[in-house]
Amino acid sequence: MAPVTSFPLHPGVLDPRQREMAATRDGFGRGVVEAGERDARVVVLCADLAESTRSAWFRDRFPDRYIEVGVAEQNLAAVASGMAAEGLIPFITSYAAFSPGRNWEQIRTTIALNDQPVKVCGMHAGVSVGPDGATHQALEDIAIMRVIPNMTVVAPADAEEARKATAAAAAHPTPVYLRFAREKTPIVTLPETPFTIGKAYVVWEADGEHPVVLASTGTMLFIALEAAKALEASGVAVRVLHIPTVKPLDTATILDATRGARGVVSLEEHQVAGGLGSALAELFVQHQLLPMRFVGVQDRFGQSGKPDELFQEYHLTPRDVIEAVQALLAE
Amino acid sequence: MPYLTDGQRLRLERIAAEVRILLIEMLVAAGSGHTAGPLGMADIFTAFYFHILRHNPKDPLWEDRDRLILSNGHIVPVRYAAMALAGYFSREEALTLRQFGSRMQGHPERTVLPAVETTSGPLGEGLSQAAGMALAARIQGKRHRIYCITSDGEHDAGNTWEAVMFAGKYRLSNLTAIMDRNNIQINGMTEDVMPLEPLREKYEAFNWHVLEIDGHNMEEIVAAVEHAKAIYEKPTMIIAHTIPGRGVPEIEFDYRWHGKPPSREEAERFLRQLRTLADVVEAPQHE
Repeated sequence: MAPVTSFPLHPGVLDPRQREMAATRDGFGRGVVEAGERDARVVVLCADLAESTRSAWFRDRFPDRYIEVGVAEQNLAAVASGMAAEGLIPFITSYAAFSPGRNWEQIRTTIALNDQPVKVCGMHAGVSVGPDGATHQALEDIAIMRVIPNMTVVAPADAEEARKATAAAAAHPTPVYLRFAREKTPIVTLPETPFTIGKAYVVWEADGEHPVVLASTGTMLFIALEAAKALEASGVAVRVLHIPTVKPLDTATILDATRGARGVVSLEEHQVAGGLGSALAELFVQHQLLPMRFVGVQDRFGQSGKPDELFQEYHLTPRDVIEAVQALLAE
Repeated sequence: MPYLTDGQRLRLERIAAEVRILLIEMLVAAGSGHTAGPLGMADIFTAFYFHILRHNPKDPLWEDRDRLILSNGHIVPVRYAAMALAGYFSREEALTLRQFGSRMQGHPERTVLPAVETTSGPLGEGLSQAAGMALAARIQGKRHRIYCITSDGEHDAGNTWEAVMFAGKYRLSNLTAIMDRNNIQINGMTEDVMPLEPLREKYEAFNWHVLEIDGHNMEEIVAAVEHAKAIYEKPTMIIAHTIPGRGVPEIEFDYRWHGKPPSREEAERFLRQLRTLADVVEAPQHE
């Protein structure tokens, strides 16, 4: 029972006294400045949400490469397509509820079908947005981006991985959807922890045969690790599989990590329909039939509340993961 | 002083007649597609490909080329026809319009035919892309110009007006848009479906320079584009008044020809009318 050495974890994962917190949107803010320093072609487009999307950090560093489009997400996407056509690398920023929520067709036509490598950055994804309520809690964004051909979909686990994913997206040849959250969440990874777009990682290895695999994307990785610790303490063999890139899936790693498993529980702060769990089910029914349970939002809209309250209400806590595992084992 | 000599004007008019003939042949071969809009824009596309654009059909992605963005992608057959005659590809390839495996997709696809610059069809998005190109060109100190052809009907779309505001804000003087003001859309006359006027005043209110021309007059088309180059502080919108179905008298002004191709019999009739027109253009003029 242990974290695996090839994927170093932040000490705060195991020891609450050493825990550090940061929002993945902050990782975006740092990552996009890094990308801008490395490559003068990087530009950031903002739709009247400079501070909360952290695109202001780029604006303050590179004012000439920062474009303000106002509250106009359709224009945001299509202008970026035009800028990419002229050789720039545009990052478009808004809340995920609006981009890709409102401008899906512009993203489909002018970015994905037109093959312009724009980076779509959806902030404030998930119920953890909290008090703003259902309108601002994007729970469908992975689904609607995942179904578009030529689109890469990445949901980082913490602020550090968000920084790496943002910088990596700048150098990635395809359009990319990057998913970020508003609230601070525990730092799970370290600067030296590997991250490559398109890779999945085993981050917690089971002690014992035929483990249950917890497969998570985004900041649910921390929830998966909390559940894994508790399950192992009660004698259940658990492997944790971290899947930041929901599309394209790292099928080799995922099939390896689940071969011989008792079953798989998927974790995502997103609708169960169309998200990571669906993507995994599509994979497993073709290659290795495995019992599954889905921890995610069950066909409901969000609502106002504190993130903790909402995680309880929508069954996204470690306790819910443990119950899902128990249900699997009872089969 | 005119921008075109009589010889230049006659040459362009002759080519426009050839573009219309090829267009009808393409639509008949395809068996589907739009007729009225493309016929109405034959003069403007001819002016662009044979006089206005800095481009090289043998090197379609030459970096310093002017960019011609077609926002209302459904009229692309007239663009294909003009491009074929300009030497981008053969007439034979143009005649594969809408067929399986053809680069002549029903709506333009940049990934299979890069010279069309953008994939388009869903309305209201082209002006945003053109504005993005104009801003990116300015950021990078590039000197080429961005031209965007839009339809009047797509001014129903909010996205169009987002782009109009954006281009006005950033004073994109390297952007010139041309609106095909033919007054028709699928469901009828534009002013019945969703009134658009006063278009000139609307654009001016959003800090654009506005010109209005007869979209079938070569001299006016070229003069307006040249005039726009001298406007340093604003993007320019050229409202080109056109006649849908232009060149085929029996369908001119008829919105029912927006979205259908001619049958073989109709096409033969249309081609006779177009060839008559071409002959008139080719006859020596003594004015």
